[in-house]
Amino acid sequence: MDNPTQEIKPLVEPATAENAPLLIPKLVMSDVAHGSPDSPEPARSSEPSVVRKFLNEKSSGKLADGTFGALMLVCALSLFFIVGLIVYVLVMNSRPSLHAFGFKFFTHSVWDPVSGEFGALPFIWGTLVSSLVALVLAVPLALCTAIFLLEICPQPLRAPISFLTEFLAAIPSVVYGLWGVFVLVPFMRDTAGPFLEKTLGWTGLFVEPNFGVGMFTASVILAIMIFPVISSISRDVMRAVPVSQKEAVLALGATRWEMLRMGVLRNARIGIVGAVILGLGRALGETMAVTMVIGNHPDISKNLFAPGYTLASVIANEFTEATGDLYLSSLIEIGLALFLVTIVVNAIARLLVWAVTRGQSQRHA
Amino acid sequence: MSALPKRSPGSERALKLRRSFTNHVVTALSIGSTILVLAPLLLILGYLFYKGASSLNLDFFTKIPAPVGETGGGMANSIVGSAVVLVLASLIGIPVGIGAGVYLSEYGRGQTLGNVIRFTADVLNGVPSIVVGIAAYALVVVKQGHFSALAGGIALSIMMVPTITRTTEEMLATVPLAVREAAYGLGIPKWRTVLSVSLRTASPGIITGCMLAFARVAGETAPLLFTAFGNQFWSWDLRQPIAALPLQIYTYAVSPYDEWHRLAWAGALVLILLIMISVTLVRIFAGRGMLKGGN
Amino acid sequence: MGVGIRVENLNAWYGPTHTLKDVSLHIPANRATALIGPSGCGKSTFVRCLNRMHETNPTARAEGTVMMGDLDIYKDAAPVEIRRRIGMVFQRPNPFPTMSIYDNVASGLKLNGFSKRRVLDEIVERSLKQAALWEEVKDDLKKKSGASLSGGQQQRLCIARALAVDPEVLLMDEPASALDPVSTSKIEDLIFQLKSQYTIVIVTHNMQQAARVAENTGFFLTGKLVEFAPTHKIFTMPSDKRTEDYITGRFG
Ligand SMILES: Nc1ncnc2c1ncn2[C@@H]1O[C@H](COP(=O)(O)OP(=O)(O)O)[C@@H](O)[C@H]1O
Ligand SMILES: [Mg+2]
Repeated sequence: MDNPTQEIKPLVEPATAENAPLLIPKLVMSDVAHGSPDSPEPARSSEPSVVRKFLNEKSSGKLADGTFGALMLVCALSLFFIVGLIVYVLVMNSRPSLHAFGFKFFTHSVWDPVSGEFGALPFIWGTLVSSLVALVLAVPLALCTAIFLLEICPQPLRAPISFLTEFLAAIPSVVYGLWGVFVLVPFMRDTAGPFLEKTLGWTGLFVEPNFGVGMFTASVILAIMIFPVISSISRDVMRAVPVSQKEAVLALGATRWEMLRMGVLRNARIGIVGAVILGLGRALGETMAVTMVIGNHPDISKNLFAPGYTLASVIANEFTEATGDLYLSSLIEIGLALFLVTIVVNAIARLLVWAVTRGQSQRHA
Repeated sequence: MSALPKRSPGSERALKLRRSFTNHVVTALSIGSTILVLAPLLLILGYLFYKGASSLNLDFFTKIPAPVGETGGGMANSIVGSAVVLVLASLIGIPVGIGAGVYLSEYGRGQTLGNVIRFTADVLNGVPSIVVGIAAYALVVVKQGHFSALAGGIALSIMMVPTITRTTEEMLATVPLAVREAAYGLGIPKWRTVLSVSLRTASPGIITGCMLAFARVAGETAPLLFTAFGNQFWSWDLRQPIAALPLQIYTYAVSPYDEWHRLAWAGALVLILLIMISVTLVRIFAGRGMLKGGN
Repeated sequence: MGVGIRVENLNAWYGPTHTLKDVSLHIPANRATALIGPSGCGKSTFVRCLNRMHETNPTARAEGTVMMGDLDIYKDAAPVEIRRRIGMVFQRPNPFPTMSIYDNVASGLKLNGFSKRRVLDEIVERSLKQAALWEEVKDDLKKKSGASLSGGQQQRLCIARALAVDPEVLLMDEPASALDPVSTSKIEDLIFQLKSQYTIVIVTHNMQQAARVAENTGFFLTGKLVEFAPTHKIFTMPSDKRTEDYITGRFG
């Protein structure tokens, strides 16, 4: 036991002189002797308060916690469940067609519900061609716009322009389709079509007759629709490139373009490929706008002015009027194919984008 | 750097010229392409306002469609139908989406299951809406025996879930650990901490996410084609086919009648305005922190 | 009123890292006990083990016995029950940003299901007065959010919030380290007044602070409790060479 009244002489001098007087009086004042570490005070002299009683009697809430956690888990698992259910339903309902045609379904080029002949090749062709042409049109524009917004655009214009490009993404597909039917189709027929025929007709890609509706018009609409996706995601991945990388290149006396090419594009290329593939995924599954302008005719033709048909638009057009099990199940098998293709495409794209932006979103120190 | 090699003085000047030329070309290209992209947007919006506004009148909001050949009529039933389907979709999609987001952020962080579910959400986000429509058809319409508002609502709710899940997770991730620890330190159970502290702190962002998901499905047509199906008359019954604004726009757009084309433009304008208003409201709310309460 | 804590052979880990090694000590009731030591020596980990906050970290693990009075906190009760009885004040002020001042103080009760308005009003006022914050905030209790206060006020708000549940023990992990000198001295005065009613454990980086407020002081070094003794003894005649080195500023 220590004597509380004993005068305390610091064994060691405190670091600064003015600390010493502070240290001593308070120590004396605080009556240190009662707090010997070997004799913990046996507690509580008065009745517990209302609050204390309430809290002491309150249960640990383990049941509520468990229930809540389970509920959240159920919500999370429902995502699995939804995807699983979609797969199950698509597979079960396309069984008649899977049985009847097997893999030949995807290589057969005749689609004739009247005679019961179902081959999906024209739709696969239409989907691939319209999406790829859309990519060819959209990717350069999207990348240039992303670069513009990141590096060139004056600060005050940045917010409104990026808002506008993102607003493109918020316009419903059916409104694009409406605009396509009444504005883009006449434009393609009367102005752009003849011009393309004259300049690029020799390629065999743009051959009259041109009615305005057809693969090319669908591709243009698709390009407008996937543009915001590609542009905003590639902007994100370009922004994820560390500033030090850019500065290193600039320090060597590079021009802006060289800085972009070597400092930014080289480092962000995987993510940009991801953004492009994500845009492709969007284009493959796009339904309404395409259905309204593509002409809806199951043809396989190199001519982009010719009407076409896509996987999504044949479902949209014929599903409600499909008579007979085989017809319906053929359409559902097309849905299954579309589903699988977009899943694979999206999964690849997500992995690529993640690979680039993952480092950015670290949190919780 | 190998890309900037040393040359003789003469070719060095040429190189310099070429470099600055390339630089200017790229700058011009990116400015040009931005203008090229903004042009159709402004064209679409301008044309939409011009066509839509000239076709919009009071009848549009109060009348149901007129029979073929008669002028007049409106889309009142479609507006109401869309509201019914969207409310149904939100009632299912928002709680499930938020719940899954809470799981990812508060329970599944760093766990394999959490990562797999996060990936599933991203994948589901990319599933074409028409495929979701088929699934809802096979699950609900086939069971019920006919098209229904319920099937439409379910299809749209499936489309809302992944977006809301990911936003909720991201917004919860911005709530500082210190705030959660304050709650744990007071002996507040985890469920209550999640509800009254984490979710409440993140609510502005989560509300934004829900509104954006709502705006996105509000314009969806494909998943409603063979679920809600459309209806020329008033209907409130969840078990019956119901009209919806995007469906009606589609039907009218591909019809051969001028009168219906006019209505399609008016409908598109109303749809865009609704979406614009909800997105802008969200921006204002989220920007000003008005939903944060307190200050 | 406070209750004493007896710790025996406490070990703690973060993942594979052994952070606390065989710590044993008695923390007397209704006294202030200071814990000092260089940063990273395990002081925070130790106090977080006392109210089972340590285990909220998914990688963390603790072993050993912690007795609060007659209650073995690792065996006889659930973590939330322990945390309702042992209040905690953190190094950085962490008021709930979306709640008003009133709701912040009442949160420990409200969010635990206590809903008697009149009692709450009383408790909020009393706790804010105890935390010497009442005069500064009484006019906008429900108007201002906790986050709108200054740093020192926020920390006193957090103390009021911890006091509102009428805890038996109050753990304070460097409560003044993020604050200016004026706020620091206010908080020290506060601890001085509170320690007759509560058992207080205060982690501090600042030896003068330990000397000013605490009856007993423990010195931690690399996860071990090197010495635990009455404060004046630690500061005047420490029995361990390492304690002396630390106090004289030879390291840490
Ligand atoms: N969340 C954590 N995860 C992993 N290691 C941690 C964590 N928190 C603290 N540590 C480690 O535990 C040791 C003790 O930390 P801490 O108890 O915070 O020390 P003090 O509070 O004395 O500064 C340190 O070496 C630190 O690196
Ligand atoms: Mg610490």
